[in-house]
Amino acid sequence: MRSRFSYRKYIGVILVALALLALPFALAAAGTAWVRIANLAILFVFLSLGLNIVVGFAGLLDLGYVAFYGVGAYVYALLASPHFGLHLPFWVILPIGASVAAIFGVLLGTPTLKLRGDYLAIVTLGFGEIVRIFLNNLSQPLNITNGPQGIAQIDPVRIGGISFGQTDVLLGLSVSGPMKHYYLLLLLLLVVIVINLRLQNSRIGRAWEAIREDEVAARAIGIDTTRVKLLAFAMGATFGGVAGGMFSSIQGFISPESFVLTESVMILAMVVLGGMGNIWGVVVGALLLSFVPEMLRYTVVPVQMALFDRMLVEPEVIRMLLFGMALVLMMRFRPAGLWPSSARQREFGMEKGAK
Amino acid sequence: MSGANGILLEAHAVGKRFGGVRALHQVSLAIKQGEIYGLIGPNGAGKTTLFNVLSGLYGADSGGFSFCGAPLNISAPHLVARAGIARTFQNIRLFANMTALENVMVGRHLRTHAGVIGAVLRGTGTRAEEAAIERRAVELLHYVGIADRANHLARQLPYGDQRRLEIARALATDPKLLALDEPAAGMNATETAALRTLVLGLRADGLTVLLIEHDVKLVMGLCDRVAVLDYGEKIAEDVPERVQRDPKVIEAYLGVGVA
Repeated sequence: MRSRFSYRKYIGVILVALALLALPFALAAAGTAWVRIANLAILFVFLSLGLNIVVGFAGLLDLGYVAFYGVGAYVYALLASPHFGLHLPFWVILPIGASVAAIFGVLLGTPTLKLRGDYLAIVTLGFGEIVRIFLNNLSQPLNITNGPQGIAQIDPVRIGGISFGQTDVLLGLSVSGPMKHYYLLLLLLLVVIVINLRLQNSRIGRAWEAIREDEVAARAIGIDTTRVKLLAFAMGATFGGVAGGMFSSIQGFISPESFVLTESVMILAMVVLGGMGNIWGVVVGALLLSFVPEMLRYTVVPVQMALFDRMLVEPEVIRMLLFGMALVLMMRFRPAGLWPSSARQREFGMEKGAK
Repeated sequence: MSGANGILLEAHAVGKRFGGVRALHQVSLAIKQGEIYGLIGPNGAGKTTLFNVLSGLYGADSGGFSFCGAPLNISAPHLVARAGIARTFQNIRLFANMTALENVMVGRHLRTHAGVIGAVLRGTGTRAEEAAIERRAVELLHYVGIADRANHLARQLPYGDQRRLEIARALATDPKLLALDEPAAGMNATETAALRTLVLGLRADGLTVLLIEHDVKLVMGLCDRVAVLDYGEKIAEDVPERVQRDPKVIEAYLGVGVA
């Protein structure tokens, strides 16, 4: 019985893997824009998984998470663009970006160690804004970030002889730049998910959970909460930094506008909607909130044109309306998220047999 | 391991104020290796405050502790735990949404080492450590007698088992001194008798126990020596029989004129 079950599981994994490998070709048939959307969606999965470490595992509410995304993106942009004339290779910059973001994570974590709940949320929100405002203004007296104009002509990823900026023909298939990015992101995503799963189910993961449950008790049994919390901030920030670096290289242009508060809120919404603390739930939440708005963008206008012969409501307005409604309905009917972690299910009394 | 004369923990003139309230004043006491030491006193006498100062949750205003013959750093709770002092709480503080087994496994944090890199790579060392953590946790659940509840959530356990689980979690830190804050509070007679057996077993296995308790009968029957706190000061410290007859203790509990 057992072997048949795992055999089935094996088949399932292979089918999912094949589907994911074939996906960009299907998307490309609908337009390269959809491949780009898929890439952005994967980046948001990165970001959500990073934030999930801080919010879901360790229970520390962070509203300034986008700052780490921004730091990673700017590190990449500065080290691989004509702005400073530096053109370091991708595999050198990505670890640098991740490390710098981790340092920023510790910078944010250190002064906020004693804060919890609402107070922590306010300080992290302020931190996110500070980073954005710095990015916006560090063009004088020394031009570091190029201010609101942002940084352009960022080098595309280049691994070996393959540049991710152009289309290549492989085995008779034409593989465009975005498609190459997709495969690279998919590979990185696999690594990120494995890291998250292993962290959650480890000595460190249990310590995070203990802090979330009862910080005083955690300290009393010998957990150095300072260290363990900073570790959560640093790990979360690292993933943000990696996502930022990838964003830079994919877009080729970044400006402070990409790293605003609403992005932080959006990432947090993905974590909460999917199911705080559950890695697969967070993945689902991030994918949903990335794809559904894009689908609306492509359906709202034609539908209105067909029904009323003119556009009555802007897609953006409908998007926010549906987003708000979705959140309200979620809080009412599935407060622990679409696919909650078992711990959250228990917290909300959703386990089987419980009233 | 202990200091001079077999003394494990010594408090030196510990003082603590909360605003105008003198919660602890010049409290000195000495707990010997291998004994069950009771700490009693009327409500608000400062017993729990002394526990919180000792476990590093509050800073002391004056005085300090020595443990195993060396000064004890009480500036942070995890340092106290590392030194070998584990405690439980008066109002049970378990990790409610984790299983009983996970609660005890967290208790092994202090004595294990795997970090982020170990967790991510999951090499043979980390896997062996994880297995050892789980083995020890199961052992401790057996020891306190709730192994059959290993996969229950802490908050779903009956009250008496929650107390036991908290003791198992404290034992997971490999303490030399176990400090129990009113472990029998809210327990019925059967549960109290079982607790008594458990504490006697701990002493038989070489552990030193510091016990705050309201249940005078339990304290008198169980403890080797007892200290009495009243208004933040130690008014007596002796074997239970003599403490019971001490006029100052009777006065503290029953008021002036009764003795």
